[in-house]
Amino acid sequence: MHQQKLLGSRSLILVALLLAALALFPAMVSRYYIYLVALMMVTGLLATSLNMVLGFGGMYQFNHAVFYGVGAYAAALLTVRGGVNPWWGYLLGPVVAAALSLLMGLICVRLSKLYFGMLQISLGSLVWAVVFRWYSFTGGDDGMHGVPVPPLISSIDGAYYFVLIVTVVCLAVMYLIVNSPFGRVFESIRDNPERAEAIGVNVRLHQLIGLVIAGFFGGVAGTLFVTVEGSVFPDMLFWTLSLEVIIMCLLGGWFTFLGPMLGGGMVVALRAVVGIYTDYWTMVLGIILMLLIFFLPQGVLGFFLARLGRGRTAGEGD
Amino acid sequence: MDSASHITLAALGQQLLVGLSRTTILFIVSSGLSLILGVLRIPNVSHGSLYMIGAFVTYSVATFIGGQTGFWVALAVAPVAVGLLALAVERGIFCHLYEREHLMLLLFTFSLMLVLGDVVKLIWGSDYRSLSAPPMMQGSFSLGGMPFPRYNLFLLIMGPLVAVGLWALTNKTKIGKIARAAAVDREMVAAMGINVSWVFAFVFCLGCLMAGLGGALVAPTQNITQGMDHAIIMEAFLIVIIGGLGNMWGALLGAAIFGITDSIGILVWPQFAIVFPYVAVTIVLVFRPKGLLKSTW
Repeated sequence: MHQQKLLGSRSLILVALLLAALALFPAMVSRYYIYLVALMMVTGLLATSLNMVLGFGGMYQFNHAVFYGVGAYAAALLTVRGGVNPWWGYLLGPVVAAALSLLMGLICVRLSKLYFGMLQISLGSLVWAVVFRWYSFTGGDDGMHGVPVPPLISSIDGAYYFVLIVTVVCLAVMYLIVNSPFGRVFESIRDNPERAEAIGVNVRLHQLIGLVIAGFFGGVAGTLFVTVEGSVFPDMLFWTLSLEVIIMCLLGGWFTFLGPMLGGGMVVALRAVVGIYTDYWTMVLGIILMLLIFFLPQGVLGFFLARLGRGRTAGEGD
Repeated sequence: MDSASHITLAALGQQLLVGLSRTTILFIVSSGLSLILGVLRIPNVSHGSLYMIGAFVTYSVATFIGGQTGFWVALAVAPVAVGLLALAVERGIFCHLYEREHLMLLLFTFSLMLVLGDVVKLIWGSDYRSLSAPPMMQGSFSLGGMPFPRYNLFLLIMGPLVAVGLWALTNKTKIGKIARAAAVDREMVAAMGINVSWVFAFVFCLGCLMAGLGGALVAPTQNITQGMDHAIIMEAFLIVIIGGLGNMWGALLGAAIFGITDSIGILVWPQFAIVFPYVAVTIVLVFRPKGLLKSTW
């Protein structure tokens, strides 16, 4: 149901303009805004990685924050406890997250939608509990602070450009995956698993590959978070963040490719703005979500694309 | 050195009893969750918030009235208050969403959790509260040389009472039978001329009332804080899943596994006590991903 040509010339120009603006951005604003936009990109990447399985695969991945956190922790632990060059952390963090995703997938993938999600969430909370308690290794509930970052990207500008480049590369790769034959088959599984099975698609295998891809890019987002913040903490793995990432996908539009990116950025920006005026940010987020469910279930980008007649409106997932 | 093994055995017995009284709370909360999952098929993420509200209301009512009666009045008022709140939410908002897919329902209950969490912060502030058990429940009695709090004994009595009461309500009364029938075939029950929407409202209200009751019962045993909701809801979900979705006896079994592994963990390896129940859950799920007992799904 999701038909999308590779970028048309008009959107190509738009993307180029946006990239140019993002590249010039740090020269114009204060440190705080550079940091904020970097965090928006990291969170957007996290939401996009979840949407690989949620929107395009129709799988209820309720523990996505675990891969974000594990990617970040793996990178931080390799550097701090393993004493290796921090660059190795960037390579191995996502791999560890992908491996964990594969392991959890092997246990859960045979189950139906909601059961799958709830089993994922319970396995995820096991990982969270270990990280939360293992003071001597992970720092327990304090997390780890002052994680060394390679000198090249340790300044705020350096971190910003690193995040920008990695995010763009990851988005491009995910875009190619979604539009590859694998992506098409994956979407057909979402729309009708029985029919896909009947025409000879190995549904389980495709779902497992999708989970590994999502876990990998979630891990990448985690390592980028370490770059921006220089710290990791167990809340990154907590199930409330997992559900918040689902909200981001929903807010942006989970049947569009860039929607989750937009949704992630919007949630981070909103939190920063609302946080100035009130301590009750979660209530604001909750109310936004309620309104969204009632009035805009296809998300912001989905809504505008439907208006422009280019995208499809949100179909029912099951 | 000779008595070492005896001490361990007594400590083990004491810890088991503590675990079983913890089981009572977990069972009461997760049976409500399981009921809603079984009949309405909604994973109610806001269940933990209702539990927290139950505890806070118990605190306020008990300290307002004070003394012996305060606690008992609070124990009756808090679950009813929570049940009414749930009924208002269900009739006001939730019942318009039943046709949506599960993910939307789950996210709606999540948004409710976010809002309720801040509502509690608005009303009761960010400080923790503590409530002492009513005078007749204070102190402890000796059990094989080890002290065992009286209040925990009360919890051990309440658990089976609630279980039997809930079983009778769902199996012996008309509304309970209708609710179980609606869980299996919604359309068929509607075709018999029964207003399924109100049956759902009843079940939702009852399930949430159990959360309020759990909160009221737990109030004297721990600090009443923000964040109680996050802690309990995940445990309750795990319990329901390992027990079998919608199966009340499964919730009891799951709660027992959770409570006992937790208390044994505290005895054996305090630093990692929190991990023990999760490991037990994972072992169960790897071998029986659909839960130990038959799920109603």
